[in-house]
Amino acid sequence: MFRLHLIPYGTKFDIVGKSKYVFLLAITVILTCLTFMIFKGMNYGIDFKGGYIFEVKMPVEPDIQGLREKLGSLGLGEVAIQQFGNKEDLMVKLEKSEEGKEQSIAIQKVKDTLGKDVIYKKIETVGPKVGNELVSNAIKAVAFALAAMLLYIAIRFEWQFGICAVTALFHDCIIVFGMFSIFPIEFSETSITAVLLTASYSINDTVVIFDRIRENLRKFQKMKLNELINLSLNETLSRTTLTATTTVLAVMSLYLFGGKIIAALALPIIVGIIVGTVSSIFVASPLLMFLNIKREKFEDKPKQDAANIN
Amino acid sequence: MLVVSRFRVVLTTLVCLLGFVFSFPSLLDSSLYEKLPNFLRHTVNLGLELRGGSHIQLEVDLKSVEREYQESIVDEIRKQLRKQNIKYGKIKIQSEGENSAIHIFLKDVNDAQPVKRLLLKIGNELDVSVRDSEVIAVISQPFMEEFEKRIVGESIEVIRHRIDESGTREPSILRQGKDRIVVQLPGVEDSSEIKRLLGKTAILTFHGVDEDMETIPAKIEQKVRFPSKPGVVYLPELRGKDLVYYVPIKKQVSLTGKSLVDAQVSIDPNTGLPGVSIKFDSIEGTRKIAELSAKYLHKQFAMVLDGKVLSAPVFQSVLTGGNAQITGNFTMAEATELALLLRAGSLPAPLNIIEERNVGPSLGIDSITAGKNATLFAFLFVAIFMILSYGKFGFFSVISLVVNIVLLFACLTLLEATLTLPGIAGIALTIGTAVDANVLIYERIREEIRAGIKAMIAISQGYKMAMMTIVDSNLTTLIGSLVLYELGSGPIRGFAVTLAMGTLISLFTTFALTKSIIAFWVKKNRDKEMVV
Repeated sequence: MFRLHLIPYGTKFDIVGKSKYVFLLAITVILTCLTFMIFKGMNYGIDFKGGYIFEVKMPVEPDIQGLREKLGSLGLGEVAIQQFGNKEDLMVKLEKSEEGKEQSIAIQKVKDTLGKDVIYKKIETVGPKVGNELVSNAIKAVAFALAAMLLYIAIRFEWQFGICAVTALFHDCIIVFGMFSIFPIEFSETSITAVLLTASYSINDTVVIFDRIRENLRKFQKMKLNELINLSLNETLSRTTLTATTTVLAVMSLYLFGGKIIAALALPIIVGIIVGTVSSIFVASPLLMFLNIKREKFEDKPKQDAANIN
Repeated sequence: MLVVSRFRVVLTTLVCLLGFVFSFPSLLDSSLYEKLPNFLRHTVNLGLELRGGSHIQLEVDLKSVEREYQESIVDEIRKQLRKQNIKYGKIKIQSEGENSAIHIFLKDVNDAQPVKRLLLKIGNELDVSVRDSEVIAVISQPFMEEFEKRIVGESIEVIRHRIDESGTREPSILRQGKDRIVVQLPGVEDSSEIKRLLGKTAILTFHGVDEDMETIPAKIEQKVRFPSKPGVVYLPELRGKDLVYYVPIKKQVSLTGKSLVDAQVSIDPNTGLPGVSIKFDSIEGTRKIAELSAKYLHKQFAMVLDGKVLSAPVFQSVLTGGNAQITGNFTMAEATELALLLRAGSLPAPLNIIEERNVGPSLGIDSITAGKNATLFAFLFVAIFMILSYGKFGFFSVISLVVNIVLLFACLTLLEATLTLPGIAGIALTIGTAVDANVLIYERIREEIRAGIKAMIAISQGYKMAMMTIVDSNLTTLIGSLVLYELGSGPIRGFAVTLAMGTLISLFTTFALTKSIIAFWVKKNRDKEMVV
């Protein structure tokens, strides 16, 4: 009977042996991301910076250049006009962030400039305060969630595992954040979800592999650690790729069929899942080599496990 | 051999059936939906960006109310100090970061202790300390928190009244954080009317007009220098397009709009102009307006709303019935709005609009269609891939995938959660990860078979071996989502709920549903060769 096998069985990749190069690559990528984030900054959307977004359908095909100049002269900060879908569909963004009455006045000004018979699909106005709180709140929530997961892993496994898992997680999150700086993708309120999804997928993936390492630590007490980690990674490789594939397929359909807004959310998630998968294999697990795992702690249980198998 | 108890099978079937029952109303169109019995009339609550409407985030200006409160205490302190003949240099309110304190500088050090006792008598919410001849009073933190809570609570009440009075349906008004209120108005495309209603504190007060000073007419935007007199303030009254009368008003409030019981639009029979007729409550309000009209009979008084004079007429007779007319330079629409505001009551603090989103209905419909398509394709992709990878067993997990989606919708419906765009993304992702537990088990089974164990035993062994992994990985996710829910706000919370629900449901479908199906299948085919 036909079965699709993404990964053939019985692979013996020396993943730990290659980890030096992977670490080097990971560090380079992270440094690049951080450099961009620090020096160029994130492409914050108006959710964070404050400003206005109008999504409109114009009655006739608009003269974008003329419109940009007219809107620019209103004194509402930098103007961005994007066409999407039909030529009549425009997204207009103004970057000035104001409060209170100024907002209604600004909206009226833009409406007057755009002219008559315009259908307003969406108007968003965000004051400058909202964004700051959003960021600090999100960072706090994510930091505590990471700490809680580290604690759980430390209790269930050993503290070394917790540190490796969270290091890999940081790596993933920084890369996903970095995408919003390096590429022209806007970081909005919903983008936080992309980072969270990446984190939750990545930790899940890492725990599955760690679980196998723990099992093998009990089963093969004399095996060298690097061989043991390699064995565990190869044994779980099939599952890791299968689950990553189904998940990427699902998110890919969001990207392809979900419409403009969902697609913008889906792209970083796709990258996040791939990065998360790669980091579970190439970062989290080989890192265990450097943290001096106490093998004797895993010596109690093997007999029981062996009894189960036979 | 893999055995699932009959009890578990019955329970599993029951849960699945309930899932179908509670999720199908969301799929019906409205005419069929109306025919459903009451307990089934729950559908998935669509977020504003999906159904169209207005989202307004307001900030309650607590600082200004706190300031007012402190000033009222300072006034009281001054009065008491004068009464007791205690000499003081100056009294000032000084803010240090978040907190502010009242500093009283006394002339005589010996007065410090008596003043401390005096302050404690004025308000037991004050924390008083003494530093030489300086007495410092801070409003205690618990009292302040209680005070702020009450102000925000009252603001929400007034907002609800105003929005209800304006005829907007199904508003959702929620407190967010310490001083924020989020108002969501489904179906409202143009929120300018609501914004105007929320932008006014609508504090109506009645004052006497100072007879010795003169009303100053001026052009709008023209700078005017006002003669000063203690207890008198000049407030503007709009007359026509660019003419303002500055009316000298006695600061002391004679009557407030608090004792109003009704306000309606009326037409002045003499001039034919729209105005608002107000009715005071039968005891206090009626007595006060009678007193006021007797005191100012044939004299000018002023009706002031939010620092602007509505009109400054002359009392022609003593008002005994508790009714009064507000006339002024109103259009019909302005009069209607004023009546509404007065009926709904005044806000305890000014509100600032800090965020606003309006989504038209067409965009919402586009998003829903796109979301549906994306979910459908996500399902198809995963289903095809699973069947290609695991054949019959892959098909079994596709069945539980369907149930997974159904249960997710049922939970969303029953929890009255709101489905938003990131929520749709979450569902599609759940579809992708829901099969993970099954993949783990199937891979384990294959490993066992390759180790030379018979398929039937390998299947039950696979379940046993994968259990620990699945528990660990899912518990980690659940712990993470719990923390996110506790600490996060807005989109993060929504995400945490979807994630936790998806994880729990996929655990259920894997260990209850797929396992039952596989156990049943193994029992039927125990003599045949099995390929996993």
